[in-house]
Amino acid sequence: MADQLLQQIVNSLLIGSVYALVAIGLTLIWGVMNVLNFAHGDFLMLGMFIAFWCYTLFKMDPLLSIPVCAALLFLLGVGVYRFIISKVMKGPGLAQLVVTFGVSIFLANLAVMLWTPDFRLIEKPLLAGTWSLGSVQLSIPKFVASVGSVVVSAAVFLFLKKTRTGKAILAVEMNRDAALLMGINTERINSLSFGIGSALVGIAGAFLSMYYYIYPQVGGLFGLISFCIVALGGFGSIEGAFIAGILIGLVQTLGGYFFDPAYKYALVFLVYLITVWIRPQGLMG
Amino acid sequence: MPKITARQAFVAAAVLVLLALYPLAVRGSFPMHLMIMVFLFAMLGVSWNIMGGYAGMFSFGQAAFFGIGAYTSSFLLTAHGVNPWIGLLAGGVVAAAAAALIGIPCSNLRGHYFAIASIAFAEIVRIHFNNWKLIGAAEGLTIPMQDESLRNFMFHSSKAPYYYIILSFLLLSLGVCSWVTTSRMGFYLRAIKEGHDVAKVLGIDVVRYRLAAIMISAFLTAMAGTFYAQYILYLDPESVLILPISVQIVLVSMLGGAGSVMGPVVGAAILLPISEVTRVKLGFKGSGLDMIIYGTLIMLISVYQPQGVWGLLQRLGWKKK
Repeated sequence: MADQLLQQIVNSLLIGSVYALVAIGLTLIWGVMNVLNFAHGDFLMLGMFIAFWCYTLFKMDPLLSIPVCAALLFLLGVGVYRFIISKVMKGPGLAQLVVTFGVSIFLANLAVMLWTPDFRLIEKPLLAGTWSLGSVQLSIPKFVASVGSVVVSAAVFLFLKKTRTGKAILAVEMNRDAALLMGINTERINSLSFGIGSALVGIAGAFLSMYYYIYPQVGGLFGLISFCIVALGGFGSIEGAFIAGILIGLVQTLGGYFFDPAYKYALVFLVYLITVWIRPQGLMG
Repeated sequence: MPKITARQAFVAAAVLVLLALYPLAVRGSFPMHLMIMVFLFAMLGVSWNIMGGYAGMFSFGQAAFFGIGAYTSSFLLTAHGVNPWIGLLAGGVVAAAAAALIGIPCSNLRGHYFAIASIAFAEIVRIHFNNWKLIGAAEGLTIPMQDESLRNFMFHSSKAPYYYIILSFLLLSLGVCSWVTTSRMGFYLRAIKEGHDVAKVLGIDVVRYRLAAIMISAFLTAMAGTFYAQYILYLDPESVLILPISVQIVLVSMLGGAGSVMGPVVGAAILLPISEVTRVKLGFKGSGLDMIIYGTLIMLISVYQPQGVWGLLQRLGWKKK
């Protein structure tokens, strides 16, 4: 029993840290421009497909295609911001919520049209197999994806706190008008944040492609979970998103194990509802 | 009540007469189906508008209330032989109770937080219904065949009775919506939308009025759900409880104009023909092309017509005397 519990906790940490990376990308965009990107999960799906095609066409392992995923998703994020999001920023709040649903439906179905709705898998990634640590089985690709996600999250944190550009992003997050008065080009910060947020989810996609099924609708569930994580962590809070990501991983895995696997995502949503009932601003907000 | 000019009354009466004659003028089932879907989503949009358009609670979880309505009447009918009209009222009551259950924890949520909470709620309902053996779980429910009559809420030889039923449901919703918006409650709701805290300070019982708006909206949405079940005669969680239905309800309202009584009707009249026709013409191959067009349409509406078409029509002289 204790062994199984330990195994479940390890599993939750493995998935929770990847959730955290996905959610940090989302919270950066949310915090800087107060836009909830419903296409975030579909960006993740694109990251996974990019890794898949790099592997299928050029024999590139997902570990090597991480920079490719990051760069292409950065460009996609900047493009989506420039051509779509920036045009609704001054419009009514409802349009800002709805527009990214359009992007989401568009991208998911574009993937269906281009690549069919089939499930795919990267069959022989460089990293495979499991380590046995006592009674606990540790999948190597999941472990690397998890450590990689923590490293990238830490790098984003340092970038925001230590670099000039990072501080400018945080300044815009705190007070857009004051930042503008201090000479920060807020329009540039917006598209940069959208690009970085998208690049992060692209990296998460490359990590996930090492062991997860790749299909056009894969983003839907990840997207919904990352909204809950972000709202749970608190408005635009990187630390909050990280902690909430791990928490949601625990809820999902332990809930599925002790309660009923069919309800593991329902439990995630329930925990979200209870948390915002008690703390409407989220854990760290 | 708002002042209605003679011209407006005349146009409204003419439109109603034309709509009443429509089933006599068209042949084939598709034009009837199309108008039934327009009225259904117009009704859903009008119901969303009461909480979304006027009170600023942007629900992306209306499919939950729609599904609860459809499932309540269908379960009562299949398991206990309860007449669907009684099931319709029961569905409304259950949905309103569910709305209160979710509305209380969400009573202080605003903006994005409310939107996410509404999705989370609808997803919990969807997952639960997919696993709930009593109501057929993922296999869903099939409405048993009965004799054709208004009492049985079932018609086989023609779609026309369904057309008139959903048209009257739509008129009822419009009546409720205009009653809500012109009553004291309507002013409170708009005050809450403009400034949550200000409204509170001015002594408006924010929680109570927000809750009332959600419950009224849920009741009407559930009625539409029962209609849908009796019309399609089959339902499963993946056809009535899914996010795309919730999104389409919001979209209909936004396209027509959130916060105006007639807005969602105009939105449904524009959006449903486009989405139904592209689905029928392009969707059968499963290529995703129909949904690509739909997604593009959402982006175009959000960028170019976020205030809604109804406002545009009014600016173009509809209101001129």
